[in-house]
Amino acid sequence: MHILDIQNVRKSFGDNEVLKDISLTVDKGEVVSVIGPSGSGKSTFLRCATLLETMDSGTLRYMDEPVATMENGRIVYTKDLKKVRGYFGLVFQNFNLFPHYSVLKNVTDAPIHVQKRPKEEVRAQALELLDAMGLGDKANAYPCQLSGGQKQRVSIVRALAMNPEILFFDEPTSALDPELTGEVLKVIRQLAEQSMTMVIVTHEMAFAHAISDRVIFMDGGVIVEQGTPQELFEGTKKERTRQFLQNYQR
Amino acid sequence: MTFQTMVGELAYAFINTFLIFAFTLLGALPLGLIVYFCKKSRFLPLRWITEVYISVMRGTPLILQIMVIYYVPSLVFEITFPGNWRFYAVVVAFIVNYAAYFAEIYRGGIESIEIGQYEAAQVLGYGKLQTFVKIILPQMVKRTLPAVTNEVITLVKDTSLASAIGTIEMFTKAKQIAVSPRSPGMMTFLVAGVFYYVFNAIVAFVMKRIEKALNYYQ
Repeated sequence: MHILDIQNVRKSFGDNEVLKDISLTVDKGEVVSVIGPSGSGKSTFLRCATLLETMDSGTLRYMDEPVATMENGRIVYTKDLKKVRGYFGLVFQNFNLFPHYSVLKNVTDAPIHVQKRPKEEVRAQALELLDAMGLGDKANAYPCQLSGGQKQRVSIVRALAMNPEILFFDEPTSALDPELTGEVLKVIRQLAEQSMTMVIVTHEMAFAHAISDRVIFMDGGVIVEQGTPQELFEGTKKERTRQFLQNYQR
Repeated sequence: MTFQTMVGELAYAFINTFLIFAFTLLGALPLGLIVYFCKKSRFLPLRWITEVYISVMRGTPLILQIMVIYYVPSLVFEITFPGNWRFYAVVVAFIVNYAAYFAEIYRGGIESIEIGQYEAAQVLGYGKLQTFVKIILPQMVKRTLPAVTNEVITLVKDTSLASAIGTIEMFTKAKQIAVSPRSPGMMTFLVAGVFYYVFNAIVAFVMKRIEKALNYYQ
């Protein structure tokens, strides 16, 4: 069983074809990093997988359950999207915490009111997760009282509290000051060690190299190359990949 | 008429002023939200009607709207309403007028909320109604409070327009007293002004407290 199985995704915005036949499967416990230049379609791909964008064509399955299928050349989404959304979590570049909720309420509100889980159980889990992320003393703080790194860790906890099968990260450190990226990357590394299934869109090459089982290089709406971090970062056979990585090392 | 009697009569008439004010807020604050939703509706005719409604409410004098609502049913359709129609007509006119303004204020507030808030809610599985009630509405209230305060203060003064159809409220009373024999004359209007001013000072104070209470987050 694949956790995520997304095939032949096409997506255009007007005349601009952003995704040209992209496919990806992710298995349990895998950490997949998606790298590539700005405008390569990485984020759009992630947004298609998390149902924030509808694909023009392609198929999508979570836990082998069909979410989007092609019928007579037209894409059809399942009606029960609420259930599907329970399978994944998404950590945004800009955190998107709810400013009027305390840290604890940000984390517990959806598990309680969307998943209808018992209040006490959710609270206990949330406090435990916050503690594990070094935010034990911030449960009653409001997002505006937190640093960027703390906000991003809260948003990771918020996603984890939903008990997702897979966690997506959309450039989780790109909105942070350089000295704050470390604390967020450390937390993601921690999750990798706990065998959390993750897809991470990132510009942090060293980080992608260190924690990924698989790295995907996207450019111009296609997957140019994918492989182990060693294959991609150390022995790429594609000129375009080499170019991109060189620009990063400079 | 002594000064004290005049103040007493104005104070008594002020009860009606306050009632017009309170009923208008009770009706227009929620109605404004409904108008906003109509304006955003996917049903095109409803959207057009709402556009026309808002444009007429904002584009014509409130005093004229009060007169139309008061006179048209009886003069044109020969409908007579039981009870104190003079009073209800004013309240209805104020509610439909202020709802149009509130709808536009709400729109500004709701549209200023980052798309990321909706996306975060969607990914977490919140339904449309949950997203609006739990995530968007509270932030909208905070953002629109200064503009709403402005409208509420204007409303206090606008209640005096009820005198256009002779509804008894403080301003109508003041006009009656001022022209009555041996009245304190212009002094009556000055006192009425003080009533409005003090009431608005209280309104401003209360709104400021609410704003402060919502300052626990940015």
